[in-house]
Amino acid sequence: MNITEKILARASGKSTVSPDDIVFAKVDKVMVHDVSGPGVLKVFDKLQKQGIDTSKLHDPTKVWIAEDHFVPSAEKISAENIVKLSNFSKKYDIKKHFKYGMGQYGICHTLSHEEALVNPGDVYVGGDSHTNTTGALGAFACGLGHTDVAYVLLNGEIWFKVPETYYFKLNGKLPPHVMAKDFILNIIGDIGNDGGAYNTMQFGGTGIDEMSVESRLTLANMTTEAGAKNGIIESDKKTVEYLNQRGATNVSEFHGDADADYSKILEYEASELEPTVAKPFSPDNITVARELSSTELDKSYIGSCTGAKYEDLLAAAKILKGRQVKIRTEVLPAAISIYKRAVKDGLIEIFLDAGATVGPPTCGACCGAHMGVLAKDEICVSTTNRNFPGRMGHVESQTYLASPQVAAASAVTGKLTDPRDLN
Amino acid sequence: MKPFTKIISIITPFDKANVDTDQIIPKQFLKLITKSGFGKFLFYDWRFNHDGQEKSDFILNDSKYCDSQILVTNENFGCGSSREHAVWALKDFGFSVIISPSFADIFYSNCFKNGVLPIILDIVKIKKLLQYTEKIELDLDSQKIIFGDESMNFEIDSHRKIRLLEGLDDIDLTLKEDEKIQHFEKNSSIVSIFG
Repeated sequence: MNITEKILARASGKSTVSPDDIVFAKVDKVMVHDVSGPGVLKVFDKLQKQGIDTSKLHDPTKVWIAEDHFVPSAEKISAENIVKLSNFSKKYDIKKHFKYGMGQYGICHTLSHEEALVNPGDVYVGGDSHTNTTGALGAFACGLGHTDVAYVLLNGEIWFKVPETYYFKLNGKLPPHVMAKDFILNIIGDIGNDGGAYNTMQFGGTGIDEMSVESRLTLANMTTEAGAKNGIIESDKKTVEYLNQRGATNVSEFHGDADADYSKILEYEASELEPTVAKPFSPDNITVARELSSTELDKSYIGSCTGAKYEDLLAAAKILKGRQVKIRTEVLPAAISIYKRAVKDGLIEIFLDAGATVGPPTCGACCGAHMGVLAKDEICVSTTNRNFPGRMGHVESQTYLASPQVAAASAVTGKLTDPRDLN
Repeated sequence: MKPFTKIISIITPFDKANVDTDQIIPKQFLKLITKSGFGKFLFYDWRFNHDGQEKSDFILNDSKYCDSQILVTNENFGCGSSREHAVWALKDFGFSVIISPSFADIFYSNCFKNGVLPIILDIVKIKKLLQYTEKIELDLDSQKIIFGDESMNFEIDSHRKIRLLEGLDDIDLTLKEDEKIQHFEKNSSIVSIFG
């Protein structure tokens, strides 16, 4: 069995599972945020009206809550949703509630790894499609709708159809200025928006072994853009060390069998990859950054669970150091822990000196919610994960998805720029 | 959930691929805390001009389709964000059936939770349906779509079919099986690694 099959077998108490089997899996961790939380409460209301007891969760210690999409609240409804979340965690005795303005908080997917909330081998579900991110730690991680999350909260388990697994093998180390974001954009470009639909996308090979945990998280994060059920990377010493550094205890690796089957194996040579951009209006609409060097921009956005981890900020800061931005540039670290490290290491000063502005952790403009949305006809280069029409603001704005290095280099020139071409 | 019954309706031909949930229900409506009423925001940016006036060239604004309960669309419908509001909006607007060559996974699953039937048909059949302007008859029980003198079958997982026909969502169904689950829990040897 490969790692996904092995996790689902463990969680469903079976000795073996195969693709297309239906299994009832025990869930180890559940996440809701300020959109899915109020959504779950609506489902609870409905259930209560049907006479169903929703007074207790199956296990509140397995649940955490993030405030990320609409914080800081820009208007009353968002503010009310945050109050609802507070009441929710109080009522159900959920201790892990990461509140805006109270120490550590941030984007839900970032918290999953920054706070070491998920371990290799776990089944982790969340009320958000990018829950796939955390599969990079060697867990089975996937997003669910509100009703399914409500079900898991009450019952502690849920059924899955065991997915088929596509294995993406990266040979060799990524060249300078090429990042994990470039690799995943190439994959999505190759297989398309639905190329991974209901499949597992697993990553491996020497290129993945070489990669940092944060880069791996970028890969798993955007498996969602190919429609994958989950993205996953086998854990290794780096994974364990990463989690231990963040306060985890008793972490051990969890592996698939060496002779596991995969439905498809696709190989990539790291040396052939280049800084890549997804043009509007789809993540699979890719081209190399160099081809777009005449594209004038209005804004560079360095944020989100995809592109504002510490390593992403570091990559951007290396480019912005001693340079000035020519366009509106916003940097939003994905969690307070990352923000603090960026302050301590001087990255924030570099951003500010370059003329960029630094905002608080939030999903913010990535989902077009607030905090720097785009006006009509504005064009943005962004380290985020989606560029559908209107995703980051006005329906007639445009977003080019790119790596933190491309976003930073483009901020300096005001045009889409391959970081290798920066003087 | 209301039991799913036979549907006789014209189809709304919506020949678009990769329609994502950001388009189905834009982000500004996600924070709404009312349970119903999302239909008026369905495809908001496509349906309305900036001054709030309906765009006359958008198909859902065509009065011909105002009673249609069946949306026929193209591949990878419902991709992107997991927001269940997308299904709430389609349902509230009046769609009970969505027919497409393929759906995004979470959206597909969310449909069943809300009494919406997502049907997967191959592209040849979809193209045929997109051309058909009279009422069609959709019978979940016999898994048939009848239009004029022709009919086509569709596949659906039997458990999900029963749920829709009986108007049960996953939670209702689990409650029906509560005794068995209690028994399973008591006798299960599965130990969560978190204890």
